[in-house]
Amino acid sequence: MKEIRIHARAGQGAITTASLLGYAYFLKGAYPYAFPSFGAARMGAPMNAFMRVDSKPVRLRSQIYEPDYVLIMDATLMRGFNCFAGLKEAGIAIINAKEDIEIPKVNARQRAIALPANEIAMKAFGRPLGNTALLGAYVAATGEFDLDTLYKAIKHRFSGKAAEGNIEAAKQGYEFVKKLK
Amino acid sequence: MKEFLEGSLAVAEIVKRCKPGVISAYPITPQTHIVEELANFVANGELGSQVVNVESEHSAASVVLGASATGVRAYTATSSQGLFYMQEVVFNIAGMRLPVVMTCANRAISAPINIWNDQQDSVSLRDSGWMQLFAEDLQETVDLHLMAFRLAEDKSMMVPVMVCMDGFSLTHGIETVDIPTQEQVDKFLPAYKPLYKLDVENPMTLGPLVDPEYYMEARYALQQTLNSALNLIPKVTGEFAKVTGRKYNGLVEGYHLDDAEKVIVAMGSVCGTAKEVIDEFRAKGKKIGLLKVVSYRPFPVQQIYEALKDVPKVAVLDRALSLGSYAPLASEIKAVFFGKKKQPKVISSFIVGLGGRDITKGSIREMLRLLTTKELNCEFIDLKPELVKEQYE
Repeated sequence: MKEIRIHARAGQGAITTASLLGYAYFLKGAYPYAFPSFGAARMGAPMNAFMRVDSKPVRLRSQIYEPDYVLIMDATLMRGFNCFAGLKEAGIAIINAKEDIEIPKVNARQRAIALPANEIAMKAFGRPLGNTALLGAYVAATGEFDLDTLYKAIKHRFSGKAAEGNIEAAKQGYEFVKKLK
Repeated sequence: MKEFLEGSLAVAEIVKRCKPGVISAYPITPQTHIVEELANFVANGELGSQVVNVESEHSAASVVLGASATGVRAYTATSSQGLFYMQEVVFNIAGMRLPVVMTCANRAISAPINIWNDQQDSVSLRDSGWMQLFAEDLQETVDLHLMAFRLAEDKSMMVPVMVCMDGFSLTHGIETVDIPTQEQVDKFLPAYKPLYKLDVENPMTLGPLVDPEYYMEARYALQQTLNSALNLIPKVTGEFAKVTGRKYNGLVEGYHLDDAEKVIVAMGSVCGTAKEVIDEFRAKGKKIGLLKVVSYRPFPVQQIYEALKDVPKVAVLDRALSLGSYAPLASEIKAVFFGKKKQPKVISSFIVGLGGRDITKGSIREMLRLLTTKELNCEFIDLKPELVKEQYE
């Protein structure tokens, strides 16, 4: 079983991100379970989305406290929350980087990868929504599934120019991480 | 075909295939996207229902009551305060013997205001004369909805059915689900032919004033009918299995009960978490089991007796309270065994996961740790003592 925790603000597309991620796993024949946890239930308030995936249907309904992977969609959240809490020994955090926000140090076996996801998205489709760039980075960093599977998930969710732009953002997010290695 | 769907959308998909003539709801928090999606289906021509957008839940319930009384299949969905605002009409729908189907997205009740998941809303309406079926996961949620229409409209029933699904964990959870095809639905659920209806050609009255000479008989009939649903439910789940291949008991479901020394009794999505914990204990040779109550109304007394009569210790998990008394599910489990020769030595009662407090594997383990020979009543799990201490001087 793999567990993924997404940190975001309400309105930043955390549920869409979890659902794209889940759909990619679903295409692989795995059993994903994605769900949100709202805080103050209003736009801009910190919230989480979670994704748990296994080779058999997921029965566990609790939130995720010891994630394998963390996606941080808004780096400003790291000021007020320990977004790395419980991250597994060899866990990976993927962060939508923002100037002036430092990336905390992680253990020797963990990785914290920051990428300019919003900038990538701006260039790819003109809106600062870095979700799909982060997912591209997720594919490169974790190797959980291939880029084509992510593209299929994006096409399932978006159509026309939105699909093209998000696929481009995912590709660039992927390449950004590949170049780091 | 297997799909990866959000709970609310999965419910909308199955309700669409059940083709209700009238759908009514009030689109405000607490509501889910179920009715929003059904309205989309109607707007884009996929569904021929009449969607009635009303000004309150009281009106939403009144519209489905009226629609059902004219002989039309009717559906609504609500949650929490919305269900409470419907309450007067909810009792009327059952009393008038109208086979309405409702989804209750289980959420906490104010005050304090809380939009998150527990089961206080539908549990508080247990005496309303509706069947209440609790789902563990999205597949069961979808399948129970299809069976709900069949049960409600059975000529021996004509009672409403509430399908209860946990708020957020199921309504907003996305998982793999196999929605029965239109062909399967049509095979399982025939078009609704009402036993009686409001009809200007053949005038009749539903829900009239009934004086003391008649009232008790109407209530007696409803009680007898709901009890007889305990025989009908397994028949309907059997027919459902023939069409879809998916087998359900529909009343209770046992998990590792045979040799169990400690058994958890629970309803809804927490049963999944409990099963995970049980597997971990079983791997260590600890004999733990689960009894999942699917049908809360009617309450399957005999099946619960058979399942638990030889179990030494039982932990009843309630996600609701009956303030000032025993917990709702626990008191009924105890009532099953009063005066019986065979019964558990201990039936302890635990309150877990109110107002969205996360129920972890640790919560379940803590409950099992506290399940000893000392019987506990309404033991709160995961309570924060530092918050309980706060008080006004």
